[in-house]
Amino acid sequence: METHETHECDVLVVGAGGAGLRAAIESAALGAKTALVCKSLLGKAHTVMAEGGVAAALGNVYPEDNWKVHFRDTMRGGKFLNNWRMAQLHAQESPERVLELERWGALFDRTPDGRILQRDFGGHRYARLAHVGDRTGLEIIRTLQYHAIHQPIEVFMECFVTRLLVAGGRIAGAFGYRRESGDLLLFKAKAVILATGGIGKAYQYTSNSWEYTGDGQALAYWAGADLQDMEFVQFHPTGMVWPPSVRGILVTEGVRGDGGVLRNAKNERFMFKYIPELFRAETADTEAEADRWYDQHEGNRRTPDLLPRDEVARAINAEVKAGRGTPHGGVFLDIASRRPADYIKRRLPSMYHQFKELADVDITKEPMEVGPTCHYMMGGVRVDGDTAASTLPGLFAAGEVAAGLHGANRLGGNSLSDLLVFGRRAGEGATVYAKSVKSAPPDPVHLAAAEQELTAPLQRTEGESPYTVHHALQEAMQTLVGIIRTESELQQALERLQALKARAAGVRVEGGRRYNPGWNLAIDLRSLLVVSEAITRAAIERKESRGAHTRNDFPATDAKFGAVNMVIRQRDGQMTLTPEPRPEMPADLKQLLEEK
Amino acid sequence: MAEAHLRVFRGDAAGGDFRDYRVDWQPGEVVLDVLFRLQATQAPDLAIRWNCKAGKCGSCSAEVNGMPRLTCMTRMNLFAEGEPITVGPMRTFPLLRDLVTDVSWNYEVAKRIPPLQLKPPEADGTYRMQQADIDRPQEFHKCIECWLCQNTCHVIRDHPDNKQHFIGPRFFIKVAALDMHPLDTGDRREFIHDSGGVGFCNITKCCTEVCPEHIEITDNAIIPMKERVVDQKYDPLGALLRLVTGK
Repeated sequence: METHETHECDVLVVGAGGAGLRAAIESAALGAKTALVCKSLLGKAHTVMAEGGVAAALGNVYPEDNWKVHFRDTMRGGKFLNNWRMAQLHAQESPERVLELERWGALFDRTPDGRILQRDFGGHRYARLAHVGDRTGLEIIRTLQYHAIHQPIEVFMECFVTRLLVAGGRIAGAFGYRRESGDLLLFKAKAVILATGGIGKAYQYTSNSWEYTGDGQALAYWAGADLQDMEFVQFHPTGMVWPPSVRGILVTEGVRGDGGVLRNAKNERFMFKYIPELFRAETADTEAEADRWYDQHEGNRRTPDLLPRDEVARAINAEVKAGRGTPHGGVFLDIASRRPADYIKRRLPSMYHQFKELADVDITKEPMEVGPTCHYMMGGVRVDGDTAASTLPGLFAAGEVAAGLHGANRLGGNSLSDLLVFGRRAGEGATVYAKSVKSAPPDPVHLAAAEQELTAPLQRTEGESPYTVHHALQEAMQTLVGIIRTESELQQALERLQALKARAAGVRVEGGRRYNPGWNLAIDLRSLLVVSEAITRAAIERKESRGAHTRNDFPATDAKFGAVNMVIRQRDGQMTLTPEPRPEMPADLKQLLEEK
Repeated sequence: MAEAHLRVFRGDAAGGDFRDYRVDWQPGEVVLDVLFRLQATQAPDLAIRWNCKAGKCGSCSAEVNGMPRLTCMTRMNLFAEGEPITVGPMRTFPLLRDLVTDVSWNYEVAKRIPPLQLKPPEADGTYRMQQADIDRPQEFHKCIECWLCQNTCHVIRDHPDNKQHFIGPRFFIKVAALDMHPLDTGDRREFIHDSGGVGFCNITKCCTEVCPEHIEITDNAIIPMKERVVDQKYDPLGALLRLVTGK
């Protein structure tokens, strides 16, 4: 066995986006010896790409807003599959988390009376998203980053955790390597917080960066923790569709929040045809009412352009399939004809920049072409809402890698608030736990196996390129487990995944260990395959359509499936799936859902 | 599909050179797309640092035909057909491998910047700020930390020793953002004069020119900062008076 660079801490945080940074800040503040590991440089995590805003019922623009309305919106958006305790805590605590960021230096856009301005977004009854133009994620990650570097947190940049170490049924630490040198790393930790984000790189067209390879979900799964709700993958309705090289890059929902509308090739505002029963009472049915709503919510109902993302993505998909799409296979998103150019540039500066530089489109003069793009994983590690604890003692999870808050579909803006609320709670939960236990010594046999698994692709003299296998996986998931699903295609996907597993196990990496992206990808393939299989198996089992999970062969929502979560765990090396009943919601929260 | 003639730096601290590659490319693509295709087909271990591929994270900085740029925002149609496109690492930072450099110095400097010193809240417990008062610091908050300005600044590019007492354009705007923050009460003039080294900047505006976020680094941050430092540090009349009166 090679020598490992060894570090000891109370709490190890894996991932340095919003959730990881907020968790590390909390555990350090509570006195835990804290280490933070991230695959990229600090401040580059996916949070940096969040655009539209952070949802918090501050009530600055609409004083009638409060946590109860936010809770209700979140549950309805999630098609009632949400962990109600998480939805409650999230709605109650996000305002304080946003104000805390302000005290740490964040500069949100302002109302005329000097408070934090809030913007409209899909599925939120009131203008609720605190924002900075269309670069809110950048502001949040930079604020957390510059707060964190002055705290006692040891940061390991460009390091990759490949296995969690478990001893005596609880967390003992983690194993990984430095990307820069290829040197091996051993972290002895009493508690580990996963804050690794999502899985977008399992799909061809995604708004996600290379880091989103399902690491945290897979690490938890291999360590024996439960995953749930993996069938719910959010396709954001508006990604760029042209040119091909930028297909999938996100176009913020803020465009619609600020007055932009969707049109098909026949120039129809088609969303009026796709208003579902659940949202009919609160959605405008004429263009005139929808347009009035932007300036005056009172007495007018919201535009259907701002229905929750699952509804809009399905509608766009249907329009394109019906032959009413744009030349490049999307629909038009038009703000040019509806708002003055200086307003667009002020409210949406990076969208203006992005289309101008990458697509030669001036969004103040012409419409954008957009279509659905893989954006967010609602499922993930099953956690306790109050402490963010997983089912494995010592393992915690927060942010996108954790399941529950968003149910079957996430509302825009609820992700940034999720990171802050549950990042803090995970930091606290892990610290309390770490203080109650002695460290467990990692098992040398496990360590040797982790090392062998990591270095094997470098030692093979023949085998396929990891890039080829990754492209084949993305193609399979995109075409067979995409936005609209059906039994036969899902079964076909499972077969292909079995074959891809065998191929991934034999990939060969050229070059050495120092900063070798081919090697990184070979390692990523393991986790991508785990999450792809979990998505597919859960999608097969959920024989209904709900939220982001749409089954062609079971188009209706089925109350029987609304009562269960699909739980995935590894037992004897095999992936098992069990539908498990959801906890009963208390009467006072139920009452909130029934209010108009 | 057209064919591009790429000249990509391959090597590490021990040495290396530009190697020629012929790579297919399609209309609409950026340099990073073509580097990916090169990686997937001919050079699987080509070291590139990147994340978002949308101009938002500032990871894929390199020198393209000698110009510091984000490779994800450099369109292939900028170049004439058949023109060789040279892609090399940022030169100011120690080379790790191929296009990836050791930018850790920047993260060390970041820790030395005196952080926000928060003023007390209003009587009602809130903080109020007017949009007009935060427009300027918000401009500086647009920084994506791509380090292209640091790479370009000749104070450190040509004189690496200056890294000990010069924080560079990225951190001048960081200090400026804190100084202009309506809730901050700190005074960073000593820091910016003594350890920040703002006096080394001779306003050639190279940093502003390469900023992918189009932040007016020199005009809006550095020049006003020089003025604030001068107000405190340079007082010839007072010095003369002190000389004459002996006080």
